[in-house]
Amino acid sequence: MTDIGEAFAAAFSLVYHLDHDLGEIVLLSLQVSVGAVAVASVVGLPLGAAVALFRFPGRGAIVVLLNALMGLPPVVVGLVVYLVLSRAGPLGVLGLLFTPTAMVIAQVLLVAPIIAALARQVIEDMWGEYEEQLRSLGATPRRALAALLWDGRLSLLTAVLAGFGRAIAEVGAVMIVGGNIDHVTRVMTTAIALEVSKGDLALALGLGIVLVALSIAVSAAVALLRGTLAQPRAQ
Amino acid sequence: MTAAMTDAMTAPSILPLELRGVSFERDRQRLLKEVSVRIAAGPKTIILGPNGAGKSLLLRLCHGLIAPSEGEVLWLGADGRDPLRFQAMVMQRPVMLRRSVAANIDFALSLRRIPRPERRRLIGQALKRTGLAAFAQVPARVLSFGEQQRLALARSWALRPQVLFLDEPTANLDPAATHVIEDAIEAMAREGTKIVMTTHDLGQARRLADEVMFLHRGRLLERAGADAFFAGPENELAGAFLRGELLWWERRELTPPTARS
Repeated sequence: MTDIGEAFAAAFSLVYHLDHDLGEIVLLSLQVSVGAVAVASVVGLPLGAAVALFRFPGRGAIVVLLNALMGLPPVVVGLVVYLVLSRAGPLGVLGLLFTPTAMVIAQVLLVAPIIAALARQVIEDMWGEYEEQLRSLGATPRRALAALLWDGRLSLLTAVLAGFGRAIAEVGAVMIVGGNIDHVTRVMTTAIALEVSKGDLALALGLGIVLVALSIAVSAAVALLRGTLAQPRAQ
Repeated sequence: MTAAMTDAMTAPSILPLELRGVSFERDRQRLLKEVSVRIAAGPKTIILGPNGAGKSLLLRLCHGLIAPSEGEVLWLGADGRDPLRFQAMVMQRPVMLRRSVAANIDFALSLRRIPRPERRRLIGQALKRTGLAAFAQVPARVLSFGEQQRLALARSWALRPQVLFLDEPTANLDPAATHVIEDAIEAMAREGTKIVMTTHDLGQARRLADEVMFLHRGRLLERAGADAFFAGPENELAGAFLRGELLWWERRELTPPTARS
């Protein structure tokens, strides 16, 4: 009980004093996860829509694979990215291991399947309704895809948010490829893991509370954006 | 490209449309059987028949949305051009994009590569003619069903198609909304658009038809000028349909055909 009380005190004190280290950690967490979600959206949304629209051999397998990849274990992704980026690995020359870029790469791999799989379902449901009309109007596959992505924007935003939730909350991948280096690759989740292992449970919980608050803030921002997007596009 | 060159209406006609032995099969059921017919420019063609006759299928085959299992659908005047570019279709349930009324029409026009200033003019004209001008900036999905159907017609009108297919466009509309739609169809026909429309509403068929194609259980049983058809069709099933007698899916022996004079 006292731990929780101390945790709130710690969290409050961290935020109240605008702790410099905390600010740095929060900012890096956001940079890495937002960056990863942005890249994953650019890849995942069109990919999901394409799988929904086009019929090709092996499509069923790809749908199963996408859905399965939603549950990809972060530590495994971290390990694979680590091996690829390590000095002896195929991309070792880039010297990306233990940098924020490596963390973004790992999170993109985690998040893109989630966004693609959810987008696939959203777009496929819409395609059932839109297909004949769009073909009748003479829409090329590219225009049909763009129209569906725009019309499904509200549902797709939820898919993107699910991806962000995954990215901001995971610890395994960023820990392995980032290394939790203070002032360089330390993010909220790895900082919490560190404080727990050091035994400073109150600080860890305090960080946890800040992290949850951050998630709520992002979700609220998306809700606002959703309200704006619900308006029809001006002529 | 000048406006005249992008205007489907002033381009050489893709008609006549010829169906040669067209059959359509789904799940081993033959839903259309060896339909052979030539549809020429000019008269408004109404495809008449009971529910399940294959009217919608025939329309979608003509429009190119589905491919026949057997036979050919040929646009004899297409001359190497993509015939879809010169057609439009109003579906039974209008599908509107989640954008404004005007943007829905703009989307359709942009797909036909009509230049932006020309699009603006066509949108204004189409909305005015269908009485939707006040709704231009309203989200299309907020409109009532009848208004959405008018928008579907406005969208087709703006495309200035050579051929317009309509699949029971007033099936779920009240008489007033039906009247608006029928007026618009007549106006488009006067401007030179070939109308091919399905209906099971006899009153509507009488009002609009110049010629009638009677479809029953996937077969084209009769084709005649509207006056001749409504005066007395040659086919006994068509006659029964006109008299309001039910046409069973499993055809029954009709009571003596001699009953008709």
